Amino acid sequence: MKYSVVNTHVHNIDGIAKVTGRATYTFDVTLPGMLYGRILRSPHAHAKIINIDVSKALELRGVKAVVTGKDTLGIKQGIWRRYAELCDEQILPLEKVRYIGEPVAAVAAVTEEIAEMALDLIEVEYEVLPGVFDPMEAIKKGAPEIHEGVERNINVTRHIEWGDVEEAFEQSDYIREDWFKCSPQAHMCMETRCAVSSYAPDGKLTVWTSTQAPYYIQGLLAGVLGLRESDIRVISHYTGGGFGGKFELDAAQFCSSVLSMKLAKPVKIVFTREEDFIATKRRTPMYYYVRTGVKKDGTFMARETRVFTDGGAYTGMGATALYLTGFFHSFPYKWNSYRYDGFRVYTNTLPSTSMRGFGAPQGMFCSETQIDLIAKELGMDRIEIRRKNAHTPTYEDPGQATIASCGLSECLDRIEEWIKARGELPANRGIGISSYGFMSGGIFNWFDTPYSFSSAVVTINYDGKVDLHVGCQDIGQGSNTTMAIICAEELGVKIEDIRVHSGDTAECPPDLGAWGSRQTLMAGNAVKMAAAEAKKQLLEFAAAKLKPNIVYDLDIKDRWVHLVARPERGLDYFEVVKDALRGKAGQRIMGRGFYTPHRKGMISPAYSYGVQALEIEVDPDTGKITLLNCVTAHDCGQPINPIGLQGQLEGAISMAAGYGFLEDMPMEDGKIMNPNLVDYKIIRATEMPETEVFEIETFEPEGPFGAKEAGEGLTNPTAAALGNALFDACGISVNQLPITPEKVVNALREKRSAQNA
Amino acid sequence: MEQHLLRLTVNDQDYELYINPKALLVEVIRDHLGLTGTKRGCESVSCGACTVMIEGMAVKSCSVLAMQADGMRVTTVEGLEKDGRLDPIQKAFLDQGAYQCGFCTSGMLMSSRAFLDETSNPTMHEIREGIEGNLCRCTGYNSIVRALDSVAKGKYREEGQ
Repeated sequence: MKYSVVNTHVHNIDGIAKVTGRATYTFDVTLPGMLYGRILRSPHAHAKIINIDVSKALELRGVKAVVTGKDTLGIKQGIWRRYAELCDEQILPLEKVRYIGEPVAAVAAVTEEIAEMALDLIEVEYEVLPGVFDPMEAIKKGAPEIHEGVERNINVTRHIEWGDVEEAFEQSDYIREDWFKCSPQAHMCMETRCAVSSYAPDGKLTVWTSTQAPYYIQGLLAGVLGLRESDIRVISHYTGGGFGGKFELDAAQFCSSVLSMKLAKPVKIVFTREEDFIATKRRTPMYYYVRTGVKKDGTFMARETRVFTDGGAYTGMGATALYLTGFFHSFPYKWNSYRYDGFRVYTNTLPSTSMRGFGAPQGMFCSETQIDLIAKELGMDRIEIRRKNAHTPTYEDPGQATIASCGLSECLDRIEEWIKARGELPANRGIGISSYGFMSGGIFNWFDTPYSFSSAVVTINYDGKVDLHVGCQDIGQGSNTTMAIICAEELGVKIEDIRVHSGDTAECPPDLGAWGSRQTLMAGNAVKMAAAEAKKQLLEFAAAKLKPNIVYDLDIKDRWVHLVARPERGLDYFEVVKDALRGKAGQRIMGRGFYTPHRKGMISPAYSYGVQALEIEVDPDTGKITLLNCVTAHDCGQPINPIGLQGQLEGAISMAAGYGFLEDMPMEDGKIMNPNLVDYKIIRATEMPETEVFEIETFEPEGPFGAKEAGEGLTNPTAAALGNALFDACGISVNQLPITPEKVVNALREKRSAQNA
Repeated sequence: MEQHLLRLTVNDQDYELYINPKALLVEVIRDHLGLTGTKRGCESVSCGACTVMIEGMAVKSCSVLAMQADGMRVTTVEGLEKDGRLDPIQKAFLDQGAYQCGFCTSGMLMSSRAFLDETSNPTMHEIREGIEGNLCRCTGYNSIVRALDSVAKGKYREEGQ
């Protein structure tokens, strides 16, 4: 076998802590003298704040402080730091509230109950303004103005174009246009947003919080609190889920910090489940208009797409979602010409942002649904039309992306075989397919970081134990384990020789954190480089004894330092470490590594690929869909951490299928109608289909050991595969997510009346 | 504030403490006893993160007042291991990677343990029903189902189940 550690069955290195209850989450942190905070939230979707009177709340025994926007620096913040106009959110606004649930004041008290009682004593005088709740209304002339001076409430626009679209439509034999509506989705992390902030008279602030990116929180807090970045320490050893919802600054972090700085006492704020639903952010709802032209033989000639996204009240990561949905709507196919225009529109609703898949699940649902409709019209096989237009290795999307590794055609072959083996299906059963792919981290530096995108430090101790410091964040996806595997493999030691340090900005190097499927490739490259540098230093000492021609003729594998050409000639790793440390006058061996993508197009250094097939059964009387089998052929380059990989795959299916047929956030005048886990449905154990995966191994030259993205892209195909399975089973197509029983029954009724007419 | 005497046994340890009679069992476990392995994910008895065993039965500890458990034996996730030796269900969770963020894991383990104690030779569907009351946003459940199945099939029996 090529590797000793990579792609072996390694237990998650945080596993013991997690299965014994020892893992301490922010939710579990208690500090001496700690106070509890609660947040007063706006009951109005759009209103001016005329006055806030906190005097009665302050009189309540046990209340220590009440803060409003006036107690802050009033800085408008946003994670797109590079662009001032996209920094549009004051957490604790001074003048106006823009959605129901927006924070207006925060209380710190000796107990959570007293803090809660104090909220009722705060008197806020509002002047209620007309609100607008749908992007198609908000973009109209004369709609209420949500942010001053933002015409037609258009927050961001994005344009992507290549080829001659008009000419390509003229050359097309068949043109089809469709409208789609993609619903919102709540991240629904099991651990709600929470923070414990502790400011001391020495001017230093320590914040324990549940986050995907400690470095972002450190930087963003420094900006809004007027502190030096390095005077803020963000600690996040365990994060109870993220899914794209926990890397912006949130009100738990900000309000607890403001209260703590006022009192110089630790303050803990934990969102209730209802707060987590109504006052965080959500997957971006989108209206999609798609016009596509193809040749008779199925060649994709032209696509013209216009998208209007419901941005909600603030920008957040929505600007990125608007771009990525437009790009991944074309993915993973070769389009002769392509034009995308996206409009992100402010509304008086909960802001929308990144969520696992980052705009791609929406884009691919619309694309893959339409491709099946086109194939049917052309009388073409659905695999064949996809194969004909599929990305291939070294393909270039003009001006956008350069592909290196790509196993898409092998994935199509594997899924085709599986479908054939299923044979004839009983009535009301169908199999839907969807191709997909995703980026391995983003390239654009919108956060304006001066640091490398990822960095790592490897330190070898006298006993041979290796300390690996990384800034990448384990939010459950297993990155600590993946990094330990990469480090152990490169250094030539065993997994138990590695101790990973992460989730602490005071200890670990800056890193952009866990989002956009970036860590395996980017942090993985940094770790590999750091380990290689440390190894090189060790080998310099071994060279004196083993006397190879040059130092590069030496290597380490399974704790054996040896000549590459004659592996039986070697030294014990532990002995070499001891000699090396003594030889360096007691200094430990340290290696540093870093990674920032360069000259890799506009989007990402590498792309994953895959095809998913989902078999469902439909009850034609009730419209109920049962998921039976979900089979995925998946190219993530070289798998690194197989247990983690399977977990990502199965977890993505549950979240993406939920998006396809269960989860929604219905609103009335900006008020979310189901902000609890009774009415907001996520998939339960009995609803999960059987899952199977075929790993299609490729080698990605840009990734560590050939690895690329494996976690987020898997969220992209399932809603489309579900819709296409319904089309296969019943010949009906639903163009609005989620595909609920009601929509299925209505579509079946329409089909029957069309047949009878 | 009115305080009531509560006597209960948690993980084989006897406790006597004065509590607010309205306190939920989960609050007593976490805030009074400091056993933070038990989590909370909702306020509507929906997620199962706070599941413990009362007299061997899986119970969402946010659904009962602590006083209702007066005189009873409670087991939390901290009580699964014995002198540092893991319970078979904990080993199976490790082997199958049946957790990711880990926030639902304690409750999931307690539901699993209670289910396996009362069900012999369960089918895969029975296993799924056995953990239906516990939500997990990360794993998609199938690794958890495999873990329960491996324990039920006796994979860890020779190790002292």
